[in-house]
Amino acid sequence: MVWKDLLVERRSKETLNALAFFSLLLLFVFQFALGPDRERLAGVLPGLLWLGFVLAGLLGLGRTFVAERENDCWEGLLLAPGDKSAIYVGKLAGNLLLMLAVEAMLLVLFAVFFNLDLAGVLPALGLVVVLGTLGLAAVGTLFAAMTANLRARELLFPVLLLPVQVPVLLATVKATEAVLAGEPLGAVAHWLQLLAAADAVYVTAGLLTFDFVLEG
Amino acid sequence: MIRALGWLAALGLAAGLVMGFGVAPRELTQGNVQRIMYVHVPSVWVAYLAFAVAFVASIAYLGRRAAPADRLAHAAAEVGTLFLGITIATGSIWGKPTWGTWWTWDARLTSVSVVFVMYVGYLLLRGMVDDPERGARFAAVLGIIAALNIPLVHFSVYWWRTLHQPPSLMKPGGATMPPVILAALLVNFAALALVGAYFVARRARLLRREAELLA
Repeated sequence: MVWKDLLVERRSKETLNALAFFSLLLLFVFQFALGPDRERLAGVLPGLLWLGFVLAGLLGLGRTFVAERENDCWEGLLLAPGDKSAIYVGKLAGNLLLMLAVEAMLLVLFAVFFNLDLAGVLPALGLVVVLGTLGLAAVGTLFAAMTANLRARELLFPVLLLPVQVPVLLATVKATEAVLAGEPLGAVAHWLQLLAAADAVYVTAGLLTFDFVLEG
Repeated sequence: MIRALGWLAALGLAAGLVMGFGVAPRELTQGNVQRIMYVHVPSVWVAYLAFAVAFVASIAYLGRRAAPADRLAHAAAEVGTLFLGITIATGSIWGKPTWGTWWTWDARLTSVSVVFVMYVGYLLLRGMVDDPERGARFAAVLGIIAALNIPLVHFSVYWWRTLHQPPSLMKPGGATMPPVILAALLVNFAALALVGAYFVARRARLLRREAELLA
């Protein structure tokens, strides 16, 4: 499953290209909306960064099941041998990799545009980003499957996902803030624990309930 | 049966009014404004109780695929959202004279409003799925995720808390309020819980009749 989706993505580069461009546009929008005041921008930078990740994630994750829907392969998914949760894991892994790729690009763009020095904090930042993205993707994948066949899917997907993601968003923004300020990871250990707990809850719930979502 | 529950709830509300306005003393520093607590605090308890019911009913629905469980989850989530709305509204009215502001991004206000928005999303999803069976399944999944998420929301928001009073009852060391006030609070809780149960029962019956009509 992962290989299939990644292969499709690599061949078409459709989502990745669009998302990369989208994140560049986001940076422009942030700049225009907030003005060139560097100090103020530096203060809200962690928030902006995650706003960018979440917006890109909403677009990317929402498309998780577009291929299946448009090509009438939904039944194919249902008929696939083995456990349905394997499909969830596959889709989740694909989404995670896609989002991490987009986030890496966005991070580089942020570093360039806002003159950030990332070299020293990269491992810590990477941990925060991976934990946060896993939480976002775990729920996003589940909800994407749920909303894929609905009338107002573009609308309903973010409406459902955003409130559920508040803990992840709070934790990641706070942790990112601390990491960018050069604090050690130990200072934000409670946020990281919360993120890990959230990830565990979301992935478990996703594994257990995906069966019921996929039925049709 | 449901009617009896309704009368019981009305009786409870009357008793709650007597307790809140008559028996309970006027609070020294806040004055009469404090009495809004007798609605504010019990309604948030009832809301969380209703969400717990919705959570259990959602699991039961996924396990057994019994339509009554789904209707119970639907009704309970709706009533829970209503009571959480009452909590936010009364808290806001109380906050204006006490804190000097209608709204502040304090920890508990934030977490309650996040939970509120989550369940509004749940009700939106309910309304947007055409096929009732599929809608019930999706809603059950969301009901489970939302309920599991409540503790996460509370913890995450708790860590940037600011100005709300610490919880009145559920805290280490036990309750510190005078017994009269506690009694008034508990009577009102019982009353609002009865009202909530009555609403849920009525709503579930309405949903059943709707389903029968469509069948």
